[in-house]
Order: sequence, then structure tokens, then C-alpha cells
Amino acid sequence: MERVTITKEAAEIVKQLQLKHGDLIFHQSGGCCDGSAPMIFEKGDMYLDASDILLGKIEGVPFYMNQDQFEYWKHTHLTVDITKGRGASFSLEIPLGLRFLIHSRLLTEEEATFFKTK
Amino acid sequence: MSYSKPKFKEKYSNFINGKFVAPIGGEYFENTSPIDNSLIAKYPRSQKEDVELAVDAANAAKEAWGNTSATERAKLLNKVADIIEANLEEFALVETCDNGKPIRETLNADIPLCVDHWRYFAACIRAEEGSATELDEMTLSMNIKEPLGVVGQIIPWNFPLLMLSWKMPPALATGNCVVLKPAEQTPSSATLLMEKIADVFPPGVVNIIHGFGPEAGKPLASSSKVDKVAFTGETTTGQLIMQYASKNLNPVTMELGGKSPNIFFNSVMDHDDAFLDKAIEGAVLFAFNQGEVCTCPSRILVQEDIYDKFMERVIARTNGIIQDNPYDINTMVGAQASNDQYEKIQSYFKIGKEEGAKVLAGGEANKLSGNLANGFYIKPTLLEGHNKMRVFQEEIFGPVACVTKFKDEAEALEIANDTLYGLGAGVWTRDAHQLYQIPRAIKAGRVWVNCYHAYPAHAPFGGYKKSGFGRENHLMMMNHYRQTKNMLISYDKNKLGFF
Repeated sequence: MERVTITKEAAEIVKQLQLKHGDLIFHQSGGCCDGSAPMIFEKGDMYLDASDILLGKIEGVPFYMNQDQFEYWKHTHLTVDITKGRGASFSLEIPLGLRFLIHSRLLTEEEATFFKTK
Repeated sequence: MSYSKPKFKEKYSNFINGKFVAPIGGEYFENTSPIDNSLIAKYPRSQKEDVELAVDAANAAKEAWGNTSATERAKLLNKVADIIEANLEEFALVETCDNGKPIRETLNADIPLCVDHWRYFAACIRAEEGSATELDEMTLSMNIKEPLGVVGQIIPWNFPLLMLSWKMPPALATGNCVVLKPAEQTPSSATLLMEKIADVFPPGVVNIIHGFGPEAGKPLASSSKVDKVAFTGETTTGQLIMQYASKNLNPVTMELGGKSPNIFFNSVMDHDDAFLDKAIEGAVLFAFNQGEVCTCPSRILVQEDIYDKFMERVIARTNGIIQDNPYDINTMVGAQASNDQYEKIQSYFKIGKEEGAKVLAGGEANKLSGNLANGFYIKPTLLEGHNKMRVFQEEIFGPVACVTKFKDEAEALEIANDTLYGLGAGVWTRDAHQLYQIPRAIKAGRVWVNCYHAYPAHAPFGGYKKSGFGRENHLMMMNHYRQTKNMLISYDKNKLGFF
């Protein structure tokens, strides 16, 4: 069972970025402007530690979120999607005229139990 | 009265060393208007080399500019203010076209405030003095404020010219040279400003670089030839910029948004008068600027004994908002700034509803007719629920407020402070004790008391908690762009006697 998945369209973009940049990570941003959106960076660009929760891997790319934020998100399942757009962050898909975005749903009872006992 | 889309050139350039300069790589990106998704113009897709050019120009200019008298610097800041003021309507139209916000806001709020911020810092630097203390009868300690040198500024797209006018004047007033990157969604008003003020400052003092975050923003934020970076945006980029700054041991200031509570105590309904009317407007201010404000009062907290009656009026006022063509002077709410914002807001409607939030108003996109059908319009929305829901905890950056009720002061504070952020808050009451005690207990950098969304140049603005640190506006801002030179002077002719 997964906390985070990715759409086919978004996975294509991840593959494209992997070819150009190598190993990548996703980090879920919070706050204003382009926040509340997932961002993708070259592995090693962002300093990660125990306060960053690994939610899972999509297309081989680990997806992280800060633990404080995770407290408010942990009852939901996330799907990374892609849309036309122009964010102002350092996320690597921006020059393509695209932005990753999150669709969320509540965890099913089965999922909730699974992640609680895990 | 209605305006129409202003005219633009086919493409624009960076502004480096007093001149308009094409990007070295020759690449451009297309900038569109969120009003109807039509093309505005092409702007430079700058790369590291372009940023270096601007940073080098700023470094070459910093010595002379730092030694320019405060009188002269203030004169030039005032000149910029006069130029913006003289072209107010032109700036307002460009801003509306680029961002999607209604023209009545840009004409009456954004651009006039810009003018005032330039004038405010021109005045501050003239009125200010350093300090001197006689430590003992033979020793004088003199504190002289010196500029940092070159400042990199990365600004957002929600108030393009106003964010520029928050960041640039204090940096320039204190004798720094600036390299500023506007958000790629809204490069137009900064460019127009450079066209109008091209000759005002000596070459290299003011530089504007366009482009994308990973290609132009990152090299600016991580440049070892920049002495400070100021950023407004979100938390992940904020963390990255702090990381880069740590490599250069540079200071930074961060303004990273919020999830601001707007608290209404029962005394607001003691009388049906002008103040109640103001309080209801205060609740509806969540829709101001399409909710694309870091301090958007996006959590409305209402005391339970007035909840039904108060919300009835808030809902009616929300449903009365005119959302239409942003060029029309009667339009109150315009378009979201980009498609990704538009999509993001709708994904929050979905999860909000799944979590059990009840839609009291709006809750969907607004499909307007004609050309506007291609624009990004979201109906002003009220969602009723509880503070643990994700829509109550995350910055949606749309015209969306989440509403909940509280029993007493203790519960109001518990809910208000149950957030990762601490940028803004509103407190509405007729009770003199609450007027002071509640704001003091809220963990936020700006608490509006019986008002909201006022941003005078004279009042410091900035965040607690994950909303960042450092302040903007107010003369205290100048110290974020300076370092202190302490001269410790001895008037004693006699040696210490140690050696």
C-alpha cells in the first residue's frame, strides 16, 4: 500500500527530468505563493534530515514532507499530477511550462489501519 | 467604466548596468495574462551567465553608491515615487493585465502604496542618525551604519510592483545595489518601471533579471558575490535559499506565508451599526486580491452564540461579490494568477469536501463568457469545518476562507495558534480587554485589531514560526540591509602598560 502515487502524465515528466538531471527528490512545500505544491530537485540539492518524512517513492524518486506538515496530512493519500503552469520556485519542471500538483483523498480504512500498524 | 488590455512590445530585455540587455543565450519565454490566457510578451529566459553579468554590474557600482550622500539617495528615491505617481494608470493597467487582479485594486491600492513606500524610505534615510557613546572620559564608541553591498531580491507574483517597492527602496536608501528577479508569472510592471526610471540611478545600482527559478533564481540566491538575499515565497524554496546563504555566510530574510485566523467575538453583534458592517467586510476580505495574499484571512473564527446570525451576513456579502472582467472598475474579484494556482485551488475544494467541509458559498470555478472563458476564475468560497482539516491548515492562495466556531477566549486562541504559520491575524471585538489581550496571545507578527489588510509603510510586517523572519516596511527594515561599523576611539595619550 502506498501513501503517494503518480499519474502517467506526471511520470513521463519525471522520466524526462531524470534524463537531464540524474537522481531527483520530491519535497512538498508549504506556505504562500507557489507553496502547497510538490517540488522536484536534484538529489543532494536540499538538505534533508530526520525531520523530513519519506512518504514513498514514485518513479524511483523519493517523496519527502516536513514532519510538522505531515502531522496535518497523514490521513490523506496523495497523487502527484502535472498541469500547465508557471511556478516561481526552483522546481526543475518549471522551464517546461509545467507544474507538479497534488490531488488528495482520504486514506481508506484499510490503508489507515495499514499505516497505523506499520 | 472599463479599461482594456494595454499595448506591449513583442519582447523585453533584462535591465543590467543601466541598459536593456538581451539574454546571452538568446532564449525567451512567453508571458500570458490570466484574465483571458492571451499572450502579453516575451521575456528573457536568463541563465547563470546573465545573473553574473547583473551581479558584477552591481558589485562595480556598490562603492560609489554606498558613498553617495543620503540626501542624493533620498532625492532619487523620491524621483522614482514621482514617476510612478505620474504614470499611475499605466502601471495599474499593466499590473492588472499581468496578474489578473481587478483594476480598482491596482488603481487605488497597489500602485498608490508603491509610491508611498518609495517616499517613506526616502524620508527615513534623511531623518536617521547613527549613535555615539562616551564609554569613559577617554573612549568614544561610534556606531556607523554601512551598506551590505549587493542585495539579491526574489519577489512573488501576487503584488508584483508592490513587492518590488517593499524590497527595493530600503535596500537602495541604505546604499546597497540591487539585483532583483521578478516572478516569471508577472515580469511586466518591473520592466515598465525600468523603462521609466532607466536614467534615475547610476548604472549598476538597480538591475532586473527575468527568468525561471531553477535557471535564474537559484544562481542569484547562491551567488558568492551577493551579500544578502531577501525572499518572499514558500517554505521549501525558503529552506533552499537559507542553505545557499549558509555556504556564503550571508544574512537572509524570509517571508513565507501563513494561514491567518480572523477572530470575531460576540460583542461585534451587540449593535447593528457601522462597526458591525465593517466587521462583516473584514471577514469577506479573504477574497481580496483573489485570496492571493500571504496574510489572507483564510480562517474565520466566530464565537458560537453569534455564529448563525453573523455568518448569514457574511455569506450574503460573499455572494454579493462582483467577479467579472478585471478591467471593469466595478469588478471586485478577478482571475487567479496562473493555471496551476487555479488547478491547485480546485484540488483543495475536492479534499475539503472529502474531509467533510460544508460549502457555504462558491466552492467551484467560475466560467465567465467570451474571452474570459479562457481565464482562471474561482468563485469566492466559504467552507465550514474544523481546524484539523487540511483546508484549515494549508495555504490555498485562493479566494477561500474556512469557517469554524469557538466557545470562549481560550478556545479562540487554541484554534488561532494551532497552525504552522504566524504571519497575520485579525481580532474583532468591542471589548476593551480583548482588544489588547487576545492580540498579545496570538503567535503572529501582525495582528490587525478591528481592521484587516492594511499595509502602511510605517508598520513592520513579518512572520513568526514557519512564516519566516525579518521584517519588511518600517524604518527597522533598513537594518536588514546594513551592518554596523563600530569605531572605538581612544583619546588617551598614555599606553596600556602591558608591554
